[in-house]
Amino acid sequence: MAQPTETPKRKTFMGQKTITAALRYILMLLLSLVLFGIILALAGKNPIQATIDIFRSTLGSSYGISEVIVAMVPMVITAVAVAIPSRAGLINVGVEGQLYMGACLATWGALTFTQLPAWALLPLLIALGMLGGAFWAFIPGFLKAIGLVNETITSLLLNLVAVNITAFLIFGFWHGPMDTNKTASFIPAARLPTFFGTRIDLSLVFALALLWLFWYLMKYSRWGLEIRAIGGNPQAARRNGIPLKAYQVTLMSLGGAIAGIAGMSLVSGYYGLLLANFSTGYGYMGFLISWLSFGNPVGILLVSFLVAMITTGGNLLQLTQGVPYAVINILLALSLYIVMARPKFFKEAKQ
Amino acid sequence: MTLLAIFGVISSAIYSGTSLLYATLGEVVGERAGIVNLGLEGILLVSAASGVAVAGMTNNPYLGIMAAMLAGGLMNLMFGYLVITRKANQLASGLSMMFFGFGLSALIGRDFVGVKITALPKLLLPGLSSLPRLYTSLFRFDFLIILVVPMAFLIWWLLFRTRWGLVLRAVGENADIAFASGRNPLWMRYQALFLSGLLAGMGAAHLAIVYTMSWTQYMTGGIGFIAVALVIFSKWHPLRAIAGVLIFSGAVAFQLLLQASGVQVSPFLLNSIPYVLTIIVLIAWGGNRKQSAPASLGRVYQGTE
Amino acid sequence: MEPSIGFHPVNRIPEPDTASSQVPYLILRGVTKRFPLVLANDHIDLDIFQGEIHALLGENGAGKSTLMKIMYGFYRADAGVMNVNGQPVEIHSPAEARKFGIGMLFQDFSLIPAMSVAENIALFLEDLKMVVDIRQVDKRIQELAVRYHLQVRSQIKVSELSIGEQQKVEILKLLLSGAKILILDEPTRVLAPHEVAALFKVLDNLRASGYAIILITHKLKEVLDCADRITILRGGCVTGSLLRSEASEKKLLDLMFGKEMPGLSTQRRAAGKDRLDPVLELRDVETHGEGAETSLKEINLKIFPGEIVGVAGISGNGQKELGDLVLGMISCARGEKLLFGKEATQISIREVRRQGVAFIPENPLVMATIPWMTVLENLALTRPWRYAIRGGLSVNWGSVKKDVQAGLEKMAYKLPLYAPARSLSGGNLQRMVIIRELGLDPRFIIASYMTRGLDVQSTIAARQALLDARQAGAGVLLISEDLEEIFTLSDRLIVLYGGRIVGEFVPEETDIYQVGYLMTGSSSENGATH
Repeated sequence: MAQPTETPKRKTFMGQKTITAALRYILMLLLSLVLFGIILALAGKNPIQATIDIFRSTLGSSYGISEVIVAMVPMVITAVAVAIPSRAGLINVGVEGQLYMGACLATWGALTFTQLPAWALLPLLIALGMLGGAFWAFIPGFLKAIGLVNETITSLLLNLVAVNITAFLIFGFWHGPMDTNKTASFIPAARLPTFFGTRIDLSLVFALALLWLFWYLMKYSRWGLEIRAIGGNPQAARRNGIPLKAYQVTLMSLGGAIAGIAGMSLVSGYYGLLLANFSTGYGYMGFLISWLSFGNPVGILLVSFLVAMITTGGNLLQLTQGVPYAVINILLALSLYIVMARPKFFKEAKQ
Repeated sequence: MTLLAIFGVISSAIYSGTSLLYATLGEVVGERAGIVNLGLEGILLVSAASGVAVAGMTNNPYLGIMAAMLAGGLMNLMFGYLVITRKANQLASGLSMMFFGFGLSALIGRDFVGVKITALPKLLLPGLSSLPRLYTSLFRFDFLIILVVPMAFLIWWLLFRTRWGLVLRAVGENADIAFASGRNPLWMRYQALFLSGLLAGMGAAHLAIVYTMSWTQYMTGGIGFIAVALVIFSKWHPLRAIAGVLIFSGAVAFQLLLQASGVQVSPFLLNSIPYVLTIIVLIAWGGNRKQSAPASLGRVYQGTE
Repeated sequence: MEPSIGFHPVNRIPEPDTASSQVPYLILRGVTKRFPLVLANDHIDLDIFQGEIHALLGENGAGKSTLMKIMYGFYRADAGVMNVNGQPVEIHSPAEARKFGIGMLFQDFSLIPAMSVAENIALFLEDLKMVVDIRQVDKRIQELAVRYHLQVRSQIKVSELSIGEQQKVEILKLLLSGAKILILDEPTRVLAPHEVAALFKVLDNLRASGYAIILITHKLKEVLDCADRITILRGGCVTGSLLRSEASEKKLLDLMFGKEMPGLSTQRRAAGKDRLDPVLELRDVETHGEGAETSLKEINLKIFPGEIVGVAGISGNGQKELGDLVLGMISCARGEKLLFGKEATQISIREVRRQGVAFIPENPLVMATIPWMTVLENLALTRPWRYAIRGGLSVNWGSVKKDVQAGLEKMAYKLPLYAPARSLSGGNLQRMVIIRELGLDPRFIIASYMTRGLDVQSTIAARQALLDARQAGAGVLLISEDLEEIFTLSDRLIVLYGGRIVGEFVPEETDIYQVGYLMTGSSSENGATH
């Protein structure tokens, strides 16, 4: 029997693999722009002018860039929350709900522990956020591990429940003296510090740290090896002694915890209070981004930036040109559609 | 809690249950052919918006219903292109259709919020005409409601007594075997999805054109997801779906009854009941589920050389 | 019952026999099929007559299934012609093959478990009406069933049938879809010896009614028992074509292998082995099978170091579940499991492996490896605690490599460390799994259908590895469907039926018929039947 020859170690970071990946993302960017133009034209707006406007408003000024980053950070975090479980074959669609629950628990902390100084309160809020999100993800994870229900359906339904619970808490207990749909502003100690007068806050650091941890975990650690094994062939992984159920529950909870950090960052940083329905779909956006970037950390960063650019610019378009926000949804959905349709240049070996 | 209130709630349960049943039947057909459609919510929205738009423009509710059905069918074909021809992951593809539906429906419906729609004629079930006027108005049902249970039987007959249904089920169990028998699984799945879309469109049409007679963004409120869960609950059987929808609508009705009788429970908690109930039901039926699902559900058919 | 004309050797164009010529129903000439890495069929000629049983013999990888897949429309030949009933044909799909009367019975049945027998057959009927009248279909089934001794309950779901009954359904399906040629791919793999006899009776009946039957197999005894003519394939070519009267085991082996088959260096274990603690002990173990799994009942078993215990049984009677139970994939509902003398009923698979238990399953690609990971990564999977450093934050690939090299040297084999696992052939993959599992001298090995589907050389290497491990003092639980393998390798063997142990023997004191009867639940005849 002829034996295949040894091939050298896979090319590492700098090499053919990176270049094709970069090309892929550039292509995606171009495709999105073209799609965007078409949709705008259909909506009766001038696509060229609109595109120029978007670029100018987002990248043309330091304020613009900072706004894009502000929009990008929660998406990066939620994308990581989706990507980590996805490596083991788990589909965590419940990121939206986990985000809300993390925000709720963090809000409770912010409203209760008003005596604490910032250096004690903020870590506590982070922990609470992680706890809330982890709990919300534990439920579908656990149900999946004991083999009862598919985690996709349960986490989807729990999303809807989480939004209701949040509203219930606000309207019932936490609302501020003036409005019924949001809490009072958090005390300064409960707010994430911002940078240089922009609205970018500490959550940027969280996002970058999480990305790096994600990358390191999967590439170098033993757990990453086992996670990838589960994703590649769950039965074989199990026969080799990898504790499948433990990983399923842990990874879902971990994803939830990360989503909870996103939720906490939004209420403690961006908003400074808990508002009913505060999430404009960050959780679903994270899901989309994770899929569009094939669960790859670098890809997540790039695609999040792109999406943030589109949504921020889109907000502006809505104000200036009356383009409805729905167009953004369509654009993102179509981008995902095209990526999933896998035309040849997007083909990549399954992670 | 007057008799009127109770009847009122039952009536509204029947109305909302009808849309849900159509959507569930559609999803049963699709899943029996092996395809899960998580984007059902988005597809329902697009159908509803299209239906309201056409009904408003032409002042003809029947045309609106047809438009909704067609929209549903076309959206499902678009979904089908992804999961059948391009062989993409069904769950993620479904979610992309969901987003697409959110956006597209908002665009379509944007100009039709608050448009006036001609109502459908409503018939009274025989035997009830002796009741006082107040009550009979609650039990006047349009043809879509009257058709929905027979439709479930029709779908049952289609799936289990015809050649088309046999092949559809075979494709959902094992597409390779279906192919070996000389059928084309890909083509069959497209057909199943189209029918599924038509049914979903009927459900959406009923909700928008008949029940609420209006369009608002995100008006379907999650019934797309509930339908997917109910399919599991009814073990992929059209007739059991009736029972599932009855139980579910009953729960919703009960919740409304609580509100109507002045029980002081936060509306938000009550709103969550349907979803929590669905999860509980899924858990309770979880053990049996695996054996009843079509064997190829969710799996991509790779085709042969 | 030979065909009524003189036989034409197929490596020359047959001359028409003017007397009572019977034209072959199916003729293949020069059929060739090439795959990227291998020439699977090399100018194959074949004649099949009506009313004959024609055996196609060859080892795994000789090209038999490729040839059959071409005949059935799954593949298109690169060259060559095919004639059915005197007319040249090109077959592009199984449906077309059926139109020409060619029907194929696969090794893994192509039946849908969730649907009834009648529905399964209806699916394949050419003239199925738009509104299906299942009772009509049923009648047609019963007519044929009675005629050919293929009785089966037709309204129940296929999942509730036994394997033998399922095979009957498959045959009925072929007959009802109009097949005149039946291609049976290793039909006796899952049958016990007397069920095989029943099958051949059915085939005999069919042959007498004029059907042509192609029997794909590698079992010499069956071929010599029932085939009219035999064609042997090796390495993609026809190496010979004989009448049964001309054939003998030795001749067939020669044509199949072209060389002496390397034997196993078996040394039967000397009697009086030292009574150490058993490596495995099961006391009154019971499991609850889910879905298609078989429940095990009242399992009492002891395996000692340095012995191979074979488990005979027909698929579906609990063999696979036994292996999975010992590994820990299935948990005990009752009873106790002891490993190396210590209580182990509830421990995790990881713990089981930590204690020195190895598991070699069938079908390495599906069951034991991660296809897109490299060979090196796959090899690190079983004992990650050995290679994890800094508490799991890193993997010490250097020491993985060292272990792998040591294992490769021991087996005298080479593997490409950085190729993805799925690029390896089945035989190479299984060797990789064996190296991984046996590389660290396990004390107890579970081998579950280890050699299923493997080519001969890999099979021999795998069996030798087990024997070597036994010599080194390991205990082995050998689960196999190949009675010959069990009889050759085991020191003791048990028979499973319906989830219970129904017999325990030393190989020298029994024969395959006694074991076979137990495998199918009949009380054993007194051994002497043949």
